[in-house]
Amino acid sequence: MISQIPFEHGLLLAGALFVLGLIGVMVRRNIIFILLSIEVMLNAAGLAFVVAGSRWSQPDGQVMFIFILTMAAAEVSVGLALVIRLYHVFKTLDADCAGKMRG
Amino acid sequence: MFSKHWMLIAPARCGAEMMELLWLIPAFPLAGFLALAVTGARMPKRLAAIIGTGSVGASAVVALFIGMHFISSPPQGHLSSQTLWTWIEIGEFRPSITFYLDPLSLVMTFVVTFVGFLIHLYSTEFMAEEEGYSRFFAYMNLFVCSMLILVLADNLLLLYLGWEGVGLCSYLLIGFWYKDHANGRAAMKAFIVTRVGDTSMAIGFILLYFNLGTLNIQEIMQRASQAWPVGSTFAVAAAALLLGGALGKSAQLPLQTWLPDAMAGPTPVSALIHAATMVTAGVYLIARTNVLFTLAPVVQEAVAVIGALTLLIAGFSALTQHDIKRVLAYSTISQIGYMFLALGVGAWSAALFHFMTHAFFKALLFLGAGAVILALDYEHNMFRMGGLRKELPLTFWTFLIGSASLSALPLVTAGFYSKDLILWYSLSSEDGSPWFWAAGMAGALLTSIYTFRMVFLIFFGAAKGRVSRKPGMTMKFPLLILAVLSIIGGFVELPRIPIFSEFVKTALPSAKTLHEGLLGEGMQQVIASGVSLIGVSIAYLLFLRAPLNVERFTSHPAGKALHRFWFSGWGFDWLYNKVFVGPFIWIARTNKDDFIDLIYGGMAWYGRFFHVALSLTQSGKVRWYAMGITIGAVITIGITVFL
Repeated sequence: MISQIPFEHGLLLAGALFVLGLIGVMVRRNIIFILLSIEVMLNAAGLAFVVAGSRWSQPDGQVMFIFILTMAAAEVSVGLALVIRLYHVFKTLDADCAGKMRG
Repeated sequence: MFSKHWMLIAPARCGAEMMELLWLIPAFPLAGFLALAVTGARMPKRLAAIIGTGSVGASAVVALFIGMHFISSPPQGHLSSQTLWTWIEIGEFRPSITFYLDPLSLVMTFVVTFVGFLIHLYSTEFMAEEEGYSRFFAYMNLFVCSMLILVLADNLLLLYLGWEGVGLCSYLLIGFWYKDHANGRAAMKAFIVTRVGDTSMAIGFILLYFNLGTLNIQEIMQRASQAWPVGSTFAVAAAALLLGGALGKSAQLPLQTWLPDAMAGPTPVSALIHAATMVTAGVYLIARTNVLFTLAPVVQEAVAVIGALTLLIAGFSALTQHDIKRVLAYSTISQIGYMFLALGVGAWSAALFHFMTHAFFKALLFLGAGAVILALDYEHNMFRMGGLRKELPLTFWTFLIGSASLSALPLVTAGFYSKDLILWYSLSSEDGSPWFWAAGMAGALLTSIYTFRMVFLIFFGAAKGRVSRKPGMTMKFPLLILAVLSIIGGFVELPRIPIFSEFVKTALPSAKTLHEGLLGEGMQQVIASGVSLIGVSIAYLLFLRAPLNVERFTSHPAGKALHRFWFSGWGFDWLYNKVFVGPFIWIARTNKDDFIDLIYGGMAWYGRFFHVALSLTQSGKVRWYAMGITIGAVITIGITVFL
């Protein structure tokens, strides 16, 4: 069996990735990097699903991960389109500039 | 003991289809009001006039037919009622919409519809150039409808509906020219002062309902005379509370202060509401509930005393007024005082008779005054009028007839017969006294002085104003008809041929005379005639022959003070301002920031605080939002994990 890696290690990795992504979202100003950090957080959540799935020998975890991938692709396409609009309007990728919209 | 006819209340199957039309009488003005109110100012003036006048005219015609039928073939027990539907149904409490016709309500209905129709007709021309023409007719129609509900009501709740309806219309019409704040204030004053009386009356109704278990007027009278002995506490309390309502509505002492100010409304309104009909609702109420007042002799005596005092006080005030309409207003208060005097001495039919003749001649005087006011470009001050005899001949002659009737010139005027009857009963009835008679006589003298002062100042002497507009046909016609009625209206009750009191005797018990021997009826008539003629001569001497004498008197300090005192209506307004209005405003002002207000103020303050705080967080910074979400998530997870 491959399940040599303990369950806790997998979850810790997922947690660490999630926190890294979260910190990225909070401290980065460049909107591209914010999107990248969100991607990292999504994958951390996906990893947690996969680990949980293998712990209980259920396929659901991997199914969820495929869902998350699909959703992430959709999110990125919308996000990047918004980033392009933002860049056209503000001539910058600084997320704080979007605050001018007061919304 | 109180006449057997109260026992005949069994459902009157008077048969005739005519009586089935009773509901049409108030329905026509109601329909007119609805039509005018819904279309509003979009309706052309001509159509508004036709609908407004026509609806009242139609109900006058129905009233005439029903009246003729009622007289020619009286229904069983001289009463008939028509139940339309049950109004409210809560257990035992189920007042119905029922109209009740007996001689008393027939006379009232007749006067309301006919005088109302003539005044509507007059208004079509009088109000022709006013804004809100259809609004005026809508209010007037609503008024006529409410007044008819009041007089035709079978139970006290329906009566109260009509009572408050006329109060509302009075308020709306006094403040008809609402752009002037003074008119709005006068309207509010009228509304609030009458409300004092109405509250007392409502308490009286509740008292009657809880003690006698019904609101039907006839049943109340029947049960009250069985359940309560004469002078019992409940009878006195109920009668006194009802009297409160009557005092407010009929502008009697001490609630009379609103009527002179109510003259702020258009003149036809003053004629219809504040002279002919609404202000006599109190007289109607007392006459309608006369059994209660007979059960409470104390209250009935109070009615007579109040009437006597009011007629004197208002008479003196009328002597000093400049404004033609205020003279007429005080005169109305004084004449209603006569009616109260009659009610107080048990001469119920005399009060109703005086109500009828008063409606004719006082409406005539108001309409005549309106024609004068319009002719002189809204001049109200009588001292700036004069010599209008030549310019406005028809107005002069009809006004003269109205004045003669008001001052009860002997034999030819309606006012003579009705006032004479009251004076006679105030002396000879078993509740009468020489004091009441003396007050009535003094009032009669005052009446003819102030009335002819008015006539001499307006129509005689040198011309002071320029006549800019003469009344047209639609204004002349009502004046003529009312002038005729002011003369012949009295012939229905001649001293030896009492047609009128015979007619109403099934509804109103006839007065009991005692002191026949004190002063013969013929003698008292001679004295009354003499007094009114003396009054006219005094007015002639003082105001036409030698007006200087009056000026000399009023320029003397004591005379000036007396003049001011009477002019202000015996200082009642001043007194009420000091005693009621002032303290109330002071309490309201000191109480403005009390504990209760702090609660509501605090709620508003917190609302505003959170609004400011929360709107600060909406900064538009994405990273702050992320931070917020994170902190929130951490706190939530922390709570679920550690607690």
